[in-house]
Amino acid sequence: MTEIAHGALGRPALLARLRERLRHGELGPIPVLAGLVVIAIVFQSLNPNFLTPRNMSNLILQIGVVGTLGSGVVLALLLGEIDLSLGAVAGVAAAVLGVMLSEYGWPGWLALLAAIVTGALLGLLQGFVIVVFRVPSFIATLAGLLAWQGVQLILLGPTGERLVRDPLIRSIASGYLSPAMGYAIGALVVLAAAAVVLRRRTLRQKAGLDNEPAGRAAFRLAALALVVALFITALNAYFGVPFILLLLGAVVLTLTWFTERTMTGRHIYAIGGHAEAARRAGIPVAAVRIGVFSLIAALAGLGGVISASRQFAVSIGTGGGTLLLDAIAAAVIGGTSLFGGRGRIYHAILGALVIGSVANGLDLLGSPSSTKNIATGAILVIAVAIDAMARANRQNR
Amino acid sequence: MALSQAPAQGGHRLALRNIHKRFGSVVALSGVNFEVDVGEVVALVGDNGAGKSTLTKIMSGAYRADEGEILFEGQPVHIASPEDAGRLGISAVYQDLALCENLDVVANLFLGRETGPRSLPPPLRPLDEYAMEARAIEVLSGLAVKLPSLRRPVSFLSGGQRQAVAVSRAVLWGSKVVLLDEPTAALGVEQTAMVLRLVRQLRDRGLAVVLISHNLSDVFRVADRIIVLRLGRRVASFRVDETNRNDVVAAITGGNELAEAGP
Repeated sequence: MTEIAHGALGRPALLARLRERLRHGELGPIPVLAGLVVIAIVFQSLNPNFLTPRNMSNLILQIGVVGTLGSGVVLALLLGEIDLSLGAVAGVAAAVLGVMLSEYGWPGWLALLAAIVTGALLGLLQGFVIVVFRVPSFIATLAGLLAWQGVQLILLGPTGERLVRDPLIRSIASGYLSPAMGYAIGALVVLAAAAVVLRRRTLRQKAGLDNEPAGRAAFRLAALALVVALFITALNAYFGVPFILLLLGAVVLTLTWFTERTMTGRHIYAIGGHAEAARRAGIPVAAVRIGVFSLIAALAGLGGVISASRQFAVSIGTGGGTLLLDAIAAAVIGGTSLFGGRGRIYHAILGALVIGSVANGLDLLGSPSSTKNIATGAILVIAVAIDAMARANRQNR
Repeated sequence: MALSQAPAQGGHRLALRNIHKRFGSVVALSGVNFEVDVGEVVALVGDNGAGKSTLTKIMSGAYRADEGEILFEGQPVHIASPEDAGRLGISAVYQDLALCENLDVVANLFLGRETGPRSLPPPLRPLDEYAMEARAIEVLSGLAVKLPSLRRPVSFLSGGQRQAVAVSRAVLWGSKVVLLDEPTAALGVEQTAMVLRLVRQLRDRGLAVVLISHNLSDVFRVADRIIVLRLGRRVASFRVDETNRNDVVAAITGGNELAEAGP
């Protein structure tokens, strides 16, 4: 082989690696994982109900919408852009769902599809405005936020509400897998992970690249299997694995594959890292931007459906309140940089877990929502400060 | 000292003839000739405002000459854009403009030209990371470029290593002429040595290298020929093994003329 050490080979010891990442401002999810552990310890010591199966199950239901929208926010931030309209887009999509179900009697799956397509179209329009007229995404999506809220009011009419009775839509946020099914899905996840690792090793070998020691890969897979088994056992002690967890998992896995394994995904990172370098390298920057704004608005449409499913209703408040701000906060708290090109989809889930568990823990303690907002705000400031310091570290080298 | 004379036609990989360029009333280049051969390192030197970067930008397609002719491998060509230059195999390597610091070395080397199986349409086409990594290792070791890791963001690399990645990308994509603009500016001694070694590697591979530099000690270490611009004109051309630093400095500053004009 060559003298170039890379990837699996020549990996420095854990502590040295940590120090190097700190020095280079590439911290990734380390701060947020530490934060989650602290949050769990604090709330568990204040209220022993915090880490119960029931509460964990509730937490998963609570983060469904924020996690979905937050994944979209990560994509926008990766490009070095922002989308303030996602909450309002979710609201319009949910309104379309409600109207189609109640006024037109569409089947659930078709209304769901209509909601997602609605989101995609609104996003396409915004992306077009941003790219063609060079309106900053902050302004274009702020305008979208205002306009779509108006559209939502029009769609819902004077009653301002539609009840959702469709069993398919209702089951999204209130259905659970049977215990056996839960274990089966868990086993499938672990097997799929093993298959991916095995394939990766074979392909690397075929390309003449070195692999990490087989023992380490096996150890990691065993750890994954253990965590999955414990987690599913815990959830099965309540009602079982919530559908919403499957849906969120599918969204995160698909988007992770898209951003990290496909050409467009690579181009998204490149544009966020250095748009001029990306353009010079022949990347179709405008098309990628428009596509991403459309994709994340489609995701927001899905988020709107989940929200409707949780409340069994669509109202003028759906997609409003602190939803958008929570989604942006989730992406940033999870470790995605505000400055573009650095972040991963699962960061949104980590961040949503932080926000969700703080809110959930404070609820258990009977704190008012004022405390929740202040706590979330404080965490967000800390997360952004860490990001800004990491960036300063990178630039001062 | 060999004053600028019209070199023989043909045979040069890239030749510019009688180039004129004005910006409004400012004459940036007037009647400049330039040529670089296969397997040759030509240093383009001159004081600030001498026209070095204007001339380079004409070669790289960033500017168009008002007058003059560009010959690539003996054929007249029009270079109207960086894309045109790229198609001919002329790459300008600007350290700050070439790389995405958030991406790893392999991703940067293949930026915009990623490879992957054709199982899905291009927007969703999966990346063949292993093939790209293997090819990256091949090219980098062929150029004797040593990097700590190919799989960590370029922001982990030193300035010299980043320069090496940017240059390696030009090689990977089959460039025939590489334009290096102040490649050793802001680099330490060791880093500079590494970049200069890389420049020699490019020459030994038969590439034509144009080196724009203020640093005469670097120039004397790697260049085969030195072309001096002053106030938009080519005032001198030296073979490195036939000249010394004083002559070059005199040509840059116009000191020889002062001496001749003096008492």
